[in-house]
Amino acid sequence: MLVPAPRGELSASLLNVLHAGPQATAAMYGQLDETAARALAADPDVLRSDDLQLTLFCLYELHYSGLDGIDPDMEWQPELIRVRRVIEAAFEAALRRTVPVPRAPAPEAEAVASTLFRLAAEDHGPSVSRFIARHATTDQLREFLVLRSIYQLREADPHSWAIPRLPVGRAKAALVEIQADEYGGGRPERMHSHLFARTMAGLDLDTRYGYYLDQAPALVLASSNAMSLFGMNRRLRGCIAGHLAAFEMTSSIPNSFYARGFKRAGYGPDVTFYFDEHVEADAVHEQIAARDLAGGLAESEPELLEDILFGASTVLTLDAMLGEEQLAAWKEGRSALREASPTGIDMQTLAADAAASGVPA
Amino acid sequence: MSAQKGQDSVSVGRSGVTVVPAAGTEAAADFSVTECPGGPLLVRGEFEVQDADGAAIPKNRETVALCRCSGSRIKPWCDGTHKLLRGASEN
Repeated sequence: MLVPAPRGELSASLLNVLHAGPQATAAMYGQLDETAARALAADPDVLRSDDLQLTLFCLYELHYSGLDGIDPDMEWQPELIRVRRVIEAAFEAALRRTVPVPRAPAPEAEAVASTLFRLAAEDHGPSVSRFIARHATTDQLREFLVLRSIYQLREADPHSWAIPRLPVGRAKAALVEIQADEYGGGRPERMHSHLFARTMAGLDLDTRYGYYLDQAPALVLASSNAMSLFGMNRRLRGCIAGHLAAFEMTSSIPNSFYARGFKRAGYGPDVTFYFDEHVEADAVHEQIAARDLAGGLAESEPELLEDILFGASTVLTLDAMLGEEQLAAWKEGRSALREASPTGIDMQTLAADAAASGVPA
Repeated sequence: MSAQKGQDSVSVGRSGVTVVPAAGTEAAADFSVTECPGGPLLVRGEFEVQDADGAAIPKNRETVALCRCSGSRIKPWCDGTHKLLRGASEN
């Protein structure tokens, strides 16, 4: 992805190390450790901290498509894995403090499915989808796509981490069944990430991954980071299963509203196909995810049930927080996007730091 | 929920839609139908969806969910509308 601008001293230290690559010095890693310790000691609002969420996002990105111009070998640099774990621990703790978990039913597939469907049905968070359907201006539709692009341009990837982490059986078969459909069932032109890019292109937006990262508020990054946290840690496989179930359950109906909003604004099928496709696909996926993935996993590994519910509830909680922020901005006539580089740290400063640490440009 | 296998064909509620084994497959063996309580029929395997006149309805994915509540705007497929039509505790 395109390399983002730093949002504070921690992300600046990380980008400094990443740019230096194999030549990163002990002093640079020392600075990264120190800034991480300082950022976390300040008792921050982790979910809304731009600096922490961007740092975590970049550390996870090393395991996805990587950052442009950064040595791919940095993916398994032990010092970076160590600092990621420190930030992850604070992030997971913040989520567990913030997200309410419903009472667990018996670990039986149907009981788990109906608990999840009830949880999603009782969610009365702010409705971005209704606003999009009825009121959004073209600029707001564009902002909506920009904010969604952080996840949707790589739609499905974070949940794929769970495939090898699930036991052989019903849950794994269900996850692969859903993911195969997400990735187009063998037809690249039907991949959901590709369809989203087509929608963006229809509104003259840039579809390169990371192009709008600087404009994504911390909560948008936190939503993506939660998926990576759940997907990349095997002990959290219950969370990622529950996450996908809730994600699918809160998709079909909102997508029909999104389609309506873009049609209202005069856009045609090339733009709305992505949403129409999700109305149909996710009505299938939610059944598979609730019963066979989440329910099947609860039956084979009942000790994961609490995490399945926590993962599902995480989707609803973060969506509600994000939706509230977005709608408040739009209703007040403000942009929902983050203003780029308010910290005043830019790439030239970074390059100067790197040069001062003895790294050739 | 009940999953059935081995049937020749399955009618979907009052919609007039029928699920039949795909042409060229052994009848009554190659697809499964799962009834989702309060929700759609989930159909997997080698099958074809036919309208009331017996004409095949093209499908866009391997596994499909067929509307049973009559409320879907994309019939014969489910669009989740059943969730708006009944109590919050059902799916």
